[in-house]
Amino acid sequence: MPSFVITEKCDGCKAQDKTACQYICPNDLMALDRDKMKAWNQEPEQCWECYNCVKICPQQAIEVRAYQDFAPLGGNVIPLRGTDSIMWTVKFRNGSLKRFKFPIRLTAEGSIDPYTGKPEADFSKIKAPGFFNKPARTE
Amino acid sequence: MEKETCTFSYCQKPEVVEVETDLLLIGGGMACCGSAFEAARWATPKGLKVTLVDKAATDRSGAVAMGLSAINTYIGENKVEDYVAYVRGDLMGIIREDLVFDQGRHVDDSVHLFEEWGLPIWKKADDGFSLDGFQARDEGKAMLKDGGVPVRSGKWQIMINGESYKVVVAEAAKAALEFNRKATGVAQNHFERVFIVKLYKDANDPKRVAAAAGFSVRENKIYLFKAKAMINASGGAVNVFRPRSVAEGQGRAWYPVWNSGSGFALGMQVGAELTMMENRFVPARFKDGYGPVGAWFLFFKAKATNALGEDYCTGENFEETKKLYSPYAEKMGTAIRNHMMMMDMKKGKGPILMNTHLAMAELATKMDAKRIKHLEAEAWEDFLDMAIGQAGLWACKNVSPDKEPSEIMPTEPYLLGSHAGCAGFWCSGPGDIKGAPAEWSWGYNRMSTVKGLFMAGDVVGASGHKFSSGSHAEGRIAAKAAIALILDEPNFKPTIKATADEISAELYLPYEVFEKYKVYSTDPLINPFYIRPKMLQARLQKISDEYFGGCGTWYMTSKTMLDEGLKQLEVLKEDANKMGAANLHELMRCWENYHRILSVEAHARHILFREESRYPGYYYRGDHIAINDKDWKCFVNSRYDADTNTWELKKVPYVQIYK
Repeated sequence: MPSFVITEKCDGCKAQDKTACQYICPNDLMALDRDKMKAWNQEPEQCWECYNCVKICPQQAIEVRAYQDFAPLGGNVIPLRGTDSIMWTVKFRNGSLKRFKFPIRLTAEGSIDPYTGKPEADFSKIKAPGFFNKPARTE
Repeated sequence: MEKETCTFSYCQKPEVVEVETDLLLIGGGMACCGSAFEAARWATPKGLKVTLVDKAATDRSGAVAMGLSAINTYIGENKVEDYVAYVRGDLMGIIREDLVFDQGRHVDDSVHLFEEWGLPIWKKADDGFSLDGFQARDEGKAMLKDGGVPVRSGKWQIMINGESYKVVVAEAAKAALEFNRKATGVAQNHFERVFIVKLYKDANDPKRVAAAAGFSVRENKIYLFKAKAMINASGGAVNVFRPRSVAEGQGRAWYPVWNSGSGFALGMQVGAELTMMENRFVPARFKDGYGPVGAWFLFFKAKATNALGEDYCTGENFEETKKLYSPYAEKMGTAIRNHMMMMDMKKGKGPILMNTHLAMAELATKMDAKRIKHLEAEAWEDFLDMAIGQAGLWACKNVSPDKEPSEIMPTEPYLLGSHAGCAGFWCSGPGDIKGAPAEWSWGYNRMSTVKGLFMAGDVVGASGHKFSSGSHAEGRIAAKAAIALILDEPNFKPTIKATADEISAELYLPYEVFEKYKVYSTDPLINPFYIRPKMLQARLQKISDEYFGGCGTWYMTSKTMLDEGLKQLEVLKEDANKMGAANLHELMRCWENYHRILSVEAHARHILFREESRYPGYYYRGDHIAINDKDWKCFVNSRYDADTNTWELKKVPYVQIYK
């Protein structure tokens, strides 16, 4: 299911310091046409349909159209990702709809403090099993 | 044909940025995120610098970029020894039990950290049904580390709400890197969109790694990282065989399409010893969308049958299978079940069906309407968390899983070492495992046979079934050991023979070649002087498929087929000197595909050396169709010499440590 960009909605992230979809795509597929200030998927047959561009787009300008070499037309899946949960709308070819909401995280974005409350590394154990914060299980 | 060289007569010469660090982490997936978290804690008080380089954005890079609906390795109430036995059974009897045991005794702490960082983990309700992450929190269920009871979908798997799994894990890794950066005073220690192409050996110690070179896919810059130790966790190899999809669906690979064999190629080019590269994984998944089947099998108790409603793993199929593959047939591992599925497909008893509707009907007899609705959401979440396209495909095909079955199908082959495969490098073990041969440990856990070059995740051989959590834990194990090496040898100063100019010329060659010849033809796509990355990949996939046992031959190959394919692969390698890249994106594709070629060559040479069919259902040697434990219950190890383009292969004895 390659992602595609809706011309009317895309503003090339002109208000941001970088184009969100270009920044996030794990396969470097999203490109920006600087003349038109519109993004596009430059290699749709390498798209894993991970939806990361869809989820991150501040304009909701990106959707996914099913791979036409095996999928019939007419269905789609639209996410709306918030800070703690995600809503999905699944539209079937026959017009029926399903909606789901799932948790995505239980802490605030950006709140992870990796080492506070964790022990310092004990260098006398650097060659023994176990991590800096926890010995390995023994049985 | 004359060899092409790059003198920057046609393409722009890039700026070279040199970065000196102590520990370099190559990759930004689960393994290197684990490495960053563990390494920064050990390195920082000693003033050591940790640097991570990722070809994508770490929030969404690696195999977990889309998300996951389950964590497949959590030992919990089970015994680590039993985990070793399960992994051995599924991988047809040959694993490094010291490495797998080491995984098992470490992995749970990573899962506990994920939960602490905010990953929602399903919990068992008092009435035995499942609670999602929000419900569990609202009902005050304990965290796993405090005795909370997860929802097991299988003996080793636990269910999660994992859409943001990677984002959460990356946030902790980035915070750890920042902690190290601030303390060591460097300007930058996290590089995104830099693709590592090649590693370099030390000028004074040819058995040690000293540097890694790559380029930015955003600007005209080459990066040269010099490091005292490195962790290579840059993934398995996907789209190396011709995929079943014929056009844009090729992107819908089962494993992430951006896993381009770099993990294997980087180590191979500096001569690190490989093990079990003959292994591959051919998952049976929902057809075309490649949605996960694990939750359907294990959690919803759905059964797969042939189109006539018969269990293909019984009767005549099972009797035939036992004749060739006993005692492995009786263990009914993933490969064996694939094998019997294919037996029925070849008899025309397909399509093979996952009977989702029967499973839902059965579960509905035990539940009220509200619970059924919850169950339906759980089934859809399984796809929406990790294979959204499968949900889309069902939507396009008007599939109602509660009313009708869905087709499953064995995919094209994949090379990897963290999921249900075990291709990768021969790595040093932990050294304290009783019964492990002394020669399996050479000082530093997870170090390859090249000093200073550590491995984690998909590229550690003979120790599969670690999955996301195990890869994170393995990254941590490797990081701690790498810091130990750096501390042991404080005076080592990495130096390389190649100059910055030579490295630039090598990495930018496809750019130079394209610029040199592009005006010769009116359409730069069709030009006799170079091969574009897409065609390089297409040729590789065709060779793999037709000679090395892809779907096209029902996974069948033989000595004669492998010999012919390897001949053609050699020519393809030669042609890689004439790769043409029109821009930085294509330059990355060129080198990714070169990495794919090297990965496939290792795979084919290992299959050729191992004269038996160790993994029926994944591949077959038609000239040695059975499993032959007498001669081949051993590891196959190899070493590639990039300077002479030659291979050495050998048998290494297998040792069973646990029951």
